[in-house]
Amino acid sequence: MIDVKNLSKSFGDHLVLDNLTEHINPGEKVVVIGPSGSGKSTFLRCLNLLETPTSGTITFEGINITDPKVKIDAVRQQMGMVFQHFNLFPNMTIRKNITLAPVQTKRMSQAEADGEAERLLKRVDLLDKAEAYPNQLSGGQKQRIAIVRALAMKPKVMLFDEPTSALDPEMVGEVLDVMKELAWEGMTMVVVTHEMGFAREVGSRVLFMDEGHILEQNEPEEFFAHPKSERLKSFLEKVL
Amino acid sequence: MELAYYYDLWRGLMLSKEPITWWQKFYVLFYQAFLDGDRWTQYLNGVVTTIWVTALALCLGVLLGVIVAIVRTAHDQQRPGRRNVFLGLVNFVCQIYVTVIRGTPMMVQMLIMGTVVFSTSRNFTMVGVLTLGINSGAYVAEIIRGGLMSLDPGQMEAGRSLGLDYFTTMEYIVIPQAFKAILPSLGNEFIILLKDTSLISIIGGKELIYAARGIITRTYESMFPLLGTAMIYLVMVLIFSWLQGKLEKKLRQSDRR
Repeated sequence: MIDVKNLSKSFGDHLVLDNLTEHINPGEKVVVIGPSGSGKSTFLRCLNLLETPTSGTITFEGINITDPKVKIDAVRQQMGMVFQHFNLFPNMTIRKNITLAPVQTKRMSQAEADGEAERLLKRVDLLDKAEAYPNQLSGGQKQRIAIVRALAMKPKVMLFDEPTSALDPEMVGEVLDVMKELAWEGMTMVVVTHEMGFAREVGSRVLFMDEGHILEQNEPEEFFAHPKSERLKSFLEKVL
Repeated sequence: MELAYYYDLWRGLMLSKEPITWWQKFYVLFYQAFLDGDRWTQYLNGVVTTIWVTALALCLGVLLGVIVAIVRTAHDQQRPGRRNVFLGLVNFVCQIYVTVIRGTPMMVQMLIMGTVVFSTSRNFTMVGVLTLGINSGAYVAEIIRGGLMSLDPGQMEAGRSLGLDYFTTMEYIVIPQAFKAILPSLGNEFIILLKDTSLISIIGGKELIYAARGIITRTYESMFPLLGTAMIYLVMVLIFSWLQGKLEKKLRQSDRR
């Protein structure tokens, strides 16, 4: 589904991603972990071209999206993204936050989008907040709305960039629950996170990144039980 | 009329150096500055011109400011590797415009426009409008650009990640939020513009100061015409500030918790 070949990204002289090659299959839940500054967020942001790769190619469903001639907006409409800081639009109600993109990209009429928004809001138990503004919600509620907003576009893959890192500890659970539910429904997901429990429970594959490389990857059981590289061993000792 | 009778009486006493009380003198000067020969209509005409000039210069300034701000922001936000040469050129012109206007005094710009560029034009007020609008545009452009740049880049990213194009994201997400953020500085710029309309009198524009100066020349008394002018400007600015406050309050709706 997503094919990454020889991906490199540098900011000025600083090489953040060093010649990564990776393949993500439909239905997979890939969890990316690693120390801060390892390039995991940059890797994720390259997948929908929020960061432009310095070199290498990314192919999504057979389209080389790193080609400057590709209409990137059409590609992004099929890839949902959830940010660490939610990035809800504070000038709009929750309903408008959710329906804006489907309506503006002409995927749905306003009435259809409203119906879809209500269905999704019901799912995350926030239907009563439809007319509220983002500033009236808690962090956990905001992040659930952000997930719903991305889902309203009916994406084929969901990218999560540390979705629980900016939350109060007691709100992490409600967001992870929504993500787990999504995973069970078969959504293809790429998740950058520090939640090892989530990686173990939901991930179909865990990647460990350090200094711009994918140092090690495995299915979760094996990954956490028998880490091979010294770097991963010391990382897991610190975080577990 | 009774008012005119006392004016003539006390003025006669004043001119013949007879002793009169301070309030009699006050009355004479006040009447002379505002009422004698219906002079208040001259101030009124001046105010009307001032408001017209402000409104027209404002439209021109905002139009220029928005265009320049959009060009400069779009230029700065291009994806690396997809730089547009034409946009680069327009951006360069915009930068020169802003630099020159912000780097020279308003008074000098007014004189250059009135006596060099449009030296043959007799429509001084319109030349004034043009100069004020061009001047204001440079400041408005920087205010708008500052507002667009100060917004959390995550807002643009969120819009784009949903598959919205650059201009739709700007229209629905970035600009409404930036507008709210820049409203105080924009209001400030408009107040400066309103007061700067007084400068068009130096190239012969017939606004409020022009009326006051005409009356000063005829009466040899400057205190009341100038104090009156100051009062009129103050009242106009107060009215504008009040309107601005109402608008800001309305836009703060989504901030309520």
